[in-house]
Amino acid sequence: MTRAPPPAGFAAATTLRPTARPIVWRLATVTDAVSETPRARTLVLDVPDWPGHRAGQHVDVRLTAEDGYQAQRSYSIASAPEDARVVLTVERLDEGEVSPYLTDELRVGDRLELRGPIGGYFVWDVALGGPLLLVGGGSGIVPLMAMLRHRATALRTAEADARHHVPARLLYSSRRWDEVIYGNELARLGEDDPTLEVTLTLTREPPQGWMGFRRRIDRMMLAEVAWPPAERPHVFVCGPTLLVEAVATALVALGHDPARVKTERFGPTGGPA
Amino acid sequence: MSSPFSRGFRGRPRSAAAAGRLPPGQYETRDFPVLSAGPTPRVSLEAWDFTLRGPGGRTARWTWAEFQGLPREPVTADIHCVTKWSKFGTVWEGVSVNTLLAEAAARGVEPAPYVLAVCDGDYTTNLPLADVTGGKAWVALSYGGEPLAPEHGGPARLLVPHLYFWKSAKWVRQLLFLERDQPGFWESHGYHNYGDPWREQRYAGDE
Repeated sequence: MTRAPPPAGFAAATTLRPTARPIVWRLATVTDAVSETPRARTLVLDVPDWPGHRAGQHVDVRLTAEDGYQAQRSYSIASAPEDARVVLTVERLDEGEVSPYLTDELRVGDRLELRGPIGGYFVWDVALGGPLLLVGGGSGIVPLMAMLRHRATALRTAEADARHHVPARLLYSSRRWDEVIYGNELARLGEDDPTLEVTLTLTREPPQGWMGFRRRIDRMMLAEVAWPPAERPHVFVCGPTLLVEAVATALVALGHDPARVKTERFGPTGGPA
Repeated sequence: MSSPFSRGFRGRPRSAAAAGRLPPGQYETRDFPVLSAGPTPRVSLEAWDFTLRGPGGRTARWTWAEFQGLPREPVTADIHCVTKWSKFGTVWEGVSVNTLLAEAAARGVEPAPYVLAVCDGDYTTNLPLADVTGGKAWVALSYGGEPLAPEHGGPARLLVPHLYFWKSAKWVRQLLFLERDQPGFWESHGYHNYGDPWREQRYAGDE
């Protein structure tokens, strides 16, 4: 397989140092908070002078206790770049220091320090084209949802512009039905758009009458659901480390170009090393 | 701007052990999270080699078997990931970059002021020469007494614990010595060019 040569000037442009504009802390205000699942909550934020973001990027959030103690964590942005608000969806980690505060304590009207957007690799927009293959597990759906929301917005506004008709497939793994984040919106997006296929798999206790996959994502499932390697999809995989390792390894084994498989991992390894 | 209090936020109990040991904005973890931009590359040890290349293009190369013959040092270090976790007292074994440079010098390969580490999977990261010499950097082959697992960068990764951990490039295969600094992978995607955790140099533009 050969790769197309980079456009003229590509090499020179990438060796330029990125513009080093500081990513400043901003004081956001919570304008809405929505419970998505028993463990996940969406926070809608008004961020003054938000510079805009690309789908797939994240922000750093900083909390300050009364004694001055601070804690920072990173959260993916769920909203499309076209959305003026910054929307985060946070999953509660029971032993976590920051996430239980964001899911249980924070209220509409509260303020939150935040800086971003951060990350220039795990990003996609319609100009990059497709097909698009998104594989997520648990709250790993969040940056993938930003891509799907961006794609849906671009489809609506681009009329018949063929460049914006990027076929997409999402394979999303959750433990249980009630832990599926954005379930209704994903169903609606899939119904409205024949070029989007949404496939769910439930790894524990599928509900009665569940006709879908009921196991962890594996090579056979990817062979069935994913675009074939010859279609050269842009692939984004986000979720817990074990899922991402398994999916990325299986995709490469199926013949996908490793350079087109972008990953974002979170959470513990499940082992000491 | 001084930070406003976050109503109702108390945080974890302050740890005396972590005080002075935790760079700003970091938290201690006992786990060892895995972060990589793509699939974990796998290379057979028969095909593996390690190369130092001087600015003039001269190279020193070791096969896996030859690399095993180089003297190893034990290293115990705190490591700090830009995604905010720090892990104290990690135990490694590796070949000091000093050792590699001395061996390379004997083969006529001279260093230069900047280093670009090049890895399987096309990952790269850049460092000043001064940050990989003087006993500050190793090519690590084991972690916690075991051969380095592939998802943690095995068979060999760079270990530069005084900088954010993305500089400790997984699956390292080459060190290129350059007259001019050349940004690596994350350094070209919005992250800081140097990455000192004690100065919280996370992103381009910090400090």
